Amino acid sequence: MAREQRLAEVFVELADTLVEEFDVVEFLQMLTERCVELVDTDAAGLMLDDQRGHLQVVAYTTESARLLELFELQRAEGPCLDCFATGRVIANVDLADSSSRWPVFTEAALGSGFTYSHALPLRLRRQVLGALNLFTVERKALTADHLAVAQGMADIATIGLLHERALHDQVVLAEQLQAALHSRILIEQAKGVLSARAGISVGDAFSRMRSHARRAGLHLTGVAEAVVAGTLGHEDLQPVTGGS
Amino acid sequence: MASKRVNEILSAAWVESPNGTDLPTSLAAACVRALPVSGVGLALMTDEGPAGIIAATDGAAMELEELQFTLGEGPCVDASQTGRPVLQPDLARTAPLRWPAFAGGALEAGVRAVFAFPLRVGAIRVGVLDLYRDRAGPLSGDELTEALSFADAATLVLLHAQAGAPVTGAVPVLDERAEVHQATGVASVQAGVGLAEALVLLRARAFAEGRPLRDLARDVLDGAVDFGQADDDG
Repeated sequence: MAREQRLAEVFVELADTLVEEFDVVEFLQMLTERCVELVDTDAAGLMLDDQRGHLQVVAYTTESARLLELFELQRAEGPCLDCFATGRVIANVDLADSSSRWPVFTEAALGSGFTYSHALPLRLRRQVLGALNLFTVERKALTADHLAVAQGMADIATIGLLHERALHDQVVLAEQLQAALHSRILIEQAKGVLSARAGISVGDAFSRMRSHARRAGLHLTGVAEAVVAGTLGHEDLQPVTGGS
Repeated sequence: MASKRVNEILSAAWVESPNGTDLPTSLAAACVRALPVSGVGLALMTDEGPAGIIAATDGAAMELEELQFTLGEGPCVDASQTGRPVLQPDLARTAPLRWPAFAGGALEAGVRAVFAFPLRVGAIRVGVLDLYRDRAGPLSGDELTEALSFADAATLVLLHAQAGAPVTGAVPVLDERAEVHQATGVASVQAGVGLAEALVLLRARAFAEGRPLRDLARDVLDGAVDFGQADDDG
């Protein structure tokens, strides 16, 4: 399928998510996954300002502990953190050549098999709400086109966070950011609960919760709540079977 | 959550209340000193619902905590039910429509703004921290950060209270990594306890073994540690 056509589809899909009864973490999760697909990268993660002086991971594309470590590291050092601090795009960071700037991050990212790293800000006028982080395995820089799409995705993420809200309303923004952070934690807890009950990995547990949410027309956060509360048993959550 | 400020708040509360029993009171008192608010209330929740007011710094705060508890409406009730902060910088403008019964009592008590923060770790909900102020206006960015740090500190203190685990030393801050929350879910199934208790169990074991919580969490996820086994097995 032509890339432009796929791009249009994704924008429609994202716009379609922005309806009432909207689940912000589910939206950001979908956005990171589509970003990997459209921008030709291998992993993505989205971090938000926790309003206590740190970034917290709210969406990511693979369950790899090493990828999570890369995000966690950026609480102290890394392009994502710098992007958040400055509000500037830090793209096409060649990890073969970045160890003087971010020694710890660079070593960890190379160790995870990545060659390039990219960070794009979630900006609301002068305020930076978080950053979108992309990683590439193949030694190939992103084109200006790819970066424009990635920034478009970061901007949509910002719009999603402010969905149906007055853009100037700092009070509502604070409420929304805090709710998003806790929804993410809830989903992680539910992944653990389901993985222990069903004897599967946390990654598989996540796939099953998401496919159940889609099949049943529920929100991911609602499914996670039901898993934790025990009202949705693992026998109700079928394994994902081929296709999508 | 693992911020330096939260750690400072918890350590200071521990110094003021070394036997652990008055930690909520010490926290509320420190919060009212640190922020430009006129009163602070702290309410405990359990799985069965609201479990009462455990600290209030002054008469108006106590009165409004009790009022919301009795009416079953108000910003703090909404914060605990939805799990989202409810920030109300101008009660006279917004409250009468949203919480008619509460609004009258609040304005009469001289309260013009309420900022209610749910105390939660994902699905674990332990209570609400309520800030009351006698003049209208929003919290600044720095004040919000400070309030959230107090909310994080209060969450940890009430987590131990809710799980029935008495605090025996300064409460350590929470490691916020995804693996810690996943392992909490796994441990709760293995041990047959709720998430709050599972998180307290994980924290206690990490402390007893003198290792970072995230390392223990990874062992739980890898199956190297199983909370279904009796403790003395390992």
